This record gives sequence, C-alpha cells and structure tokens, in this order.
Amino acid sequence: MKVQSAMFYFPEEVIEHIFSFLTHHPDRNTVSTVCKAWYKIERLSRREVFVGNCYAIRPDRAAARFPGLRSLTLKGKPHFADFDLVPPDWGGLAGPWIEAMARSCPNLEELRMKRMVVSDESLELLAHAFPNFKALVLVSCEGFSTDGLAAVARSCKSLRELDLQENEIEDRGPRWLNSFPDMCTSLVSLNFACLKGEVNLKSLERLVCRSPNLKCLRLNRAVPVETLAKIMNQCPNLEDLGTGSLLADQFSEAYVSLISALQKCKKLRCLSGFWDASPLCLLAVYPICANLTGLNLSYAPTVQGQDFINLIQHCVKLLRLWVLDSVGDKGLAVVASACKELQELRVFPSDLFAAGPATVTEEGLVAISTGCPKLNSLLYFCHSMTNSALITVSKNCPNFTRFRLCILEPRKPDPATNEPLDEGFGAVVKTCKNLRRFSISGLLTDQVFYYIGKYAKALEMLSIAFAGDTDQGMTYVLNGCKNLRKLEIRDCPFGDGALLADVTKYETMRSLWMSSCDISLRGCKALATKMPSLNVEIINEWEAEMEENLNNGVAEVISNNNNKHINNGNDERKVEKLYVYRTVGGPRTDAPDFVWTL
Amino acid sequence: MEGQTQARYDAEVDNLKDTELRLGLPGSDEEPKKAPKKRGLEDSSVKAPAETGPTAKAQVVGWPPVRSYRKNSIQMVKKGGDQNNEKGGMLVKVSMDGAPYLRKVDLNMYKGYRELREGLDVMFKCFPAAKDEFAVAYEDKDGDLMLVGDVPWEMFITSCKKLRIMKGNEAIGLSSSP
Repeated sequence: MKVQSAMFYFPEEVIEHIFSFLTHHPDRNTVSTVCKAWYKIERLSRREVFVGNCYAIRPDRAAARFPGLRSLTLKGKPHFADFDLVPPDWGGLAGPWIEAMARSCPNLEELRMKRMVVSDESLELLAHAFPNFKALVLVSCEGFSTDGLAAVARSCKSLRELDLQENEIEDRGPRWLNSFPDMCTSLVSLNFACLKGEVNLKSLERLVCRSPNLKCLRLNRAVPVETLAKIMNQCPNLEDLGTGSLLADQFSEAYVSLISALQKCKKLRCLSGFWDASPLCLLAVYPICANLTGLNLSYAPTVQGQDFINLIQHCVKLLRLWVLDSVGDKGLAVVASACKELQELRVFPSDLFAAGPATVTEEGLVAISTGCPKLNSLLYFCHSMTNSALITVSKNCPNFTRFRLCILEPRKPDPATNEPLDEGFGAVVKTCKNLRRFSISGLLTDQVFYYIGKYAKALEMLSIAFAGDTDQGMTYVLNGCKNLRKLEIRDCPFGDGALLADVTKYETMRSLWMSSCDISLRGCKALATKMPSLNVEIINEWEAEMEENLNNGVAEVISNNNNKHINNGNDERKVEKLYVYRTVGGPRTDAPDFVWTL
Repeated sequence: MEGQTQARYDAEVDNLKDTELRLGLPGSDEEPKKAPKKRGLEDSSVKAPAETGPTAKAQVVGWPPVRSYRKNSIQMVKKGGDQNNEKGGMLVKVSMDGAPYLRKVDLNMYKGYRELREGLDVMFKCFPAAKDEFAVAYEDKDGDLMLVGDVPWEMFITSCKKLRIMKGNEAIGLSSSP
C-alpha cells in the first residue's frame, strides 16, 4: 500500500465522528453524495431528518435509508393551506410516516409535524411503537382528538415534550390529562393552549405536582387564575408560561396568590396567553417583566392603550414580541424606546376588515426600526404603507432575515404619492443582504420583481399576492433568486409564459404554488411533460363535484389514470390552483379526486 | 370556511347538492367562463384581478393571510366569546333570481348591513340578472320572507336562515322602503 493511500484511510468510526459535527442538514446531505462509503456511514449515523415536503419521498424509503433515526420533522400541506386555500382532504397524512417509522426506526424519539393530518389511530400507534419516545410537536395540524393525546400521555413513559400549537383538535372531554402516569412524569414541556374545551383543574394541579422537571407550561383559556397561582407555586423554576384566563377580582384570594406566585418564578423568560386579561392582573406581571425575553400578547385584545404601555415599558430585555395592532402606533413607539434588544416583532390584525379603524400605520413601523436596530424578523399587518417609510426602515434595520408586510387592502398604493410600493420593497431587498423570507403586498408592478430578482440573492421563500403586471414579473424572480426554495403566488396575472420560463428551476426548489393566476391546463401539461421529476398537481374542485353529481351523488374516486377530465379536449381552461414540487416518490397514491397529477 | 370541521364541510356539500342547478356535462361549451366555486367565500378570489381600489374591500377568501385558528379567536372575541359562534361561521344560502346557482355567505364575517350588501354585490355582479335593481330579502326562523335592514344587525344574523336577492319590483310588496 502506497503511503499516500494510507493517509486517506480512516476507520468508519472516525469518519462517523467527524460527521457528528455536521449539524446542518444540507451539509450532511452533501457529504452523503461524496462516495458510497460515505453515503453508508452517513445514513447509518444520521439521527435527525428534516422532510420539508412529505410527498418528496416515500416514507418507507426514508425510514429504510436512516434506520438509526431519532428525530423526524415533517411538513405536509402547502403553506397557503393555513389560509383555507387548500380544500379539506387534500392530504398530508401522517399515518404512512408513523407506520413506516414503526417498522424500520424503533428508536424514534422525536416527531415534529406541521400542517399534517394526524389520526387518533396514528397517535395510538406512535404511543406503542417507540419505547424511547420523548417529544411530540404538532403545529397547525388536524384530524385528531383528545383521545389521541390520552394515548400518548398514557403510553409514552419517557415523554418530555408535548407541544400543541394552533391545531384543530376535537375535544372529547378533559379526561386526557388523567392519562399521564401516576408516578413522577418526565415532562419538561407541556403546551395545550389551543385546546378549546374544559380542563379538569384538579388533574392539572396533580399533574404539575408530579412533574418536577417542568420548565415550559402553556395552559388553555379554560384555566382560571386560582389554578394558575397554585400551579406556579408548585413550579418556581418555570421558564416559559402560557397563562389561562387572566381574569380576577381585586381583593380575591386568587389575585393575591397570583402576585406572590409570580414573584417566586425568578426564571420566567417567556410569557403568553393573557386571555381576557384585566388591567389588575397585568399589574401582577410587572415585577417579572424586566427579565422577559419573549412576550406573546397576540391573543389578548384587552391589553391595549395605557395598559399595554405600562406593561411593555418594563420589558427592557425583550427579544421577541407578538402583539395585536390595537396597541397602535403609540404602543409601538413605547416598544421602540424600551425594548432595545428586540429581534422579532409580529403585529397581528385585531380586525380582519380593511375598512375597520386604522390602528397601526407606517409610523409605528418606522419608530420600531429607529429604536430597535437589532430587528431581524418582522410580520406586520397594517392598513397602509409608504415607500419612504419602507426605505427608512431598511436603512435602520439592514439585518432582516424575515420580512413580511401585509397591507390589508389588496393592491393599495402609497397613500402619500399614489404610486406602487415597488421602490419601498426594492429598498428592503437592496439593503438586507441576508433576507431569506419575504412577503409583499400593496400595489406592486413588475418592477418590484425586477428588484427581487436582482438583489435578493439569499432569498429562500417568497409570498406574493395581488401583484405584478405581466409574465416578466415572475420570470425575474425565477431567473434571479438563486437560492429560492418556496414560491407561492395568488391572484397575480402570471400565465403559461411565466410558468414555463425556466422549468429546470423547479428542480432546485421545494415547491411552487400558484392560485387564481392566469395559467392554463395546456401550460401545466407542458410543464409536466418537460419535467418528469416534478409532481405537477392541479386542484379543481368544481369539475370533481360535477362528476360526482352525474353519478347521482355516489362518491367515486376518479383515479389519476382516468383521463376523462384531463383530456376532454379543452386545454385552454384556466387552472385555479397549481402545486408543483420535486419528488423522488413519484405521483401521489393518496390524492383525492379533486387533485389531478399531470 | 373558517373553523369548519370535516363534518360541517360534508353537511355543506350535501346541502349544496340538493339545491344547486346544474350547468351541463363537463367539457360542454355551456361551461361558464370562470369555474364557479361551491363555497360561498371563495368567489372573490377569482374575480379579484379585475377589481381595483375600494370595491375590493369585500371578503376575499384566504385574505388577510391569518391562520384559521387565529381568525376564529378574533371572531370569538368580537362576539364576546359567545359559545355559539365558537363553532364556526353562520353560513346561509344566498339565491339570486335568475342566477344559475346558489352561493353561501358567512354572516359572521360582516359587521353590518353595508358590508353584507357590498359582499353580495361582489359575489353576484357577474350574473346578467344583476343588471336590474335588486333588493335583498331573507327567510327568518318562522319561514317568512322579510326585507333585510329593518331590525338591528345582531338580531338579524341570529334569525336569518336564508338570503334571497330579488328583482326590485318583486320586493315592493315586502316593505315601503327598498
């Protein structure tokens, strides 16, 4: 053996050890492509897998490739499903994934899912198939009930984390909380804030008593102040608290115990909940504000005006703030003066109508940008915005990685000049070199897309609505944004020309969504023909319903092999909703009748 | 569709099937230019590109981009956390004399009569029948046909079971004021 060859020989264990320092998924994906040996070592030592689109790969294949898998993250429905643009029964089923993992990856410890449909049966299977299961995180999911939660609570003996964020959960009663083991639990984090129903308060108190490791606890609205106070007395080490309903009388025992309990929790860093919060209960919170790094008041419309100002002015270490626009420009000005460390701000609408009273404007945003130069993540709903404000904001805060601005009225121009907002958003992409996520709104022409294509080189996700003039707009983006992964478009005049401008681009992206645009069936078919490695799916509810009716209401699954609709001659029909994604899994086998894979 | 469960969605589909008029076989030339939507809230999404400015204030599906979960919370608060409203929207059928199919609207999504009128305007203005002057009537709990606008809004939305857009001259018998 030559000396040079010997130098390149490392035992597998050494290579595996080197790989263990690669925590970033793309890096691990890259090393697996170097050679067969590295592929094998990497896949056997891989502990965490992130699947951004659950249809990009068959569950069995993923499970077979990574038998040592401990942590799986899955995302299902397209992002616009959050806004009701995807019909129910579209898919995103967790069942096949959990089943595949149960067969091949018994060491699974963590499962994180977003926008997926999870059944109680699947949760039952999960509870029994993975003896070391530790963490279940469900975000924006649906399809299960509190019975499923009970199964997890009962059978996952090592459960540390049960985190339910904004899911649609069928409430079958408060019994599920009783299902946790009678002895000490290993719970570190429990979040059931999104449960709509009643909670058995005694069960909750007992559970907290026997969970000495609890650091994060987020309650739902049904938990009153009395119980909150009792719980907090039990867990002085709590770091993250989501209150229940914060309603109490001044001289009530509940209120007094709340104050003393809060003062004991020296480690509290993150607060949320605040349902029905009365000014009195807010007073109780002041003593702990100085140490808070995270505050979520976005479900607390009662916290506004002077109450908000009194609260927020103490929060000098705040990094993350979520509020409603009812705090007004005045409230935001106080945030700007008090929260100098602020990194993330989200301002949600308290009224969904553009016609409602204006609450925050461009002034509030400019004030924030002036006072909080460390701001890097923004979600801002407002009634109007000006170019000059956006230009100022980007000058003040060049570090944006996420910038989402939603002007409530579609296509609204700059009210000061009546011009489109191209220059304002253009300034953001020119200045913020690290911008990864961008959502734009208001009156926008192709010009803004020219800027995005030219300057937004780090951009990974772009959301567009009611914008642009011609196909050129979308083409600028496809041609210019080298790192684009997700593009979602609604109600824009982009047609087949834009769709087909750069078809190989879609292979470098996770997915493309286009709804209420100007694309035709012919264009979509052309895309499907040119790019067999993509799934080109159209969602067409009207025609599927027509077919059902013709069969006298008998529900008939129209398989994708049945070309009755797709090939009945009229390819000029406009496509209402298009979803394109790269995949190695082939066409979906679970597509409902209104989803056609071309 | 805010906050609707699967069961509610199924029930809605069944209701629509019972009453909708058909347009013909798929693929025939009688198909309308724009595929009609079966869910009442999804109309404006198709028409929005043609609208500009203030008329676009009417309800557009999926806009503003706020998660259903949060939207439901906003509505719950507005109604003072009323248990009834927590279950989802108040969907009622809307028929228009001369239109080929019915629509559905969620009465909870409107703040008052003006917004409702604007919303119906947007939804139905593509139909030829809309060129005439029309009046909006509703069927109440007792099955009586009443003119919209006489009672306070809150009372109206609890008693309204169905909406009907009638030709102006037919509505004269309902009330002295249009």
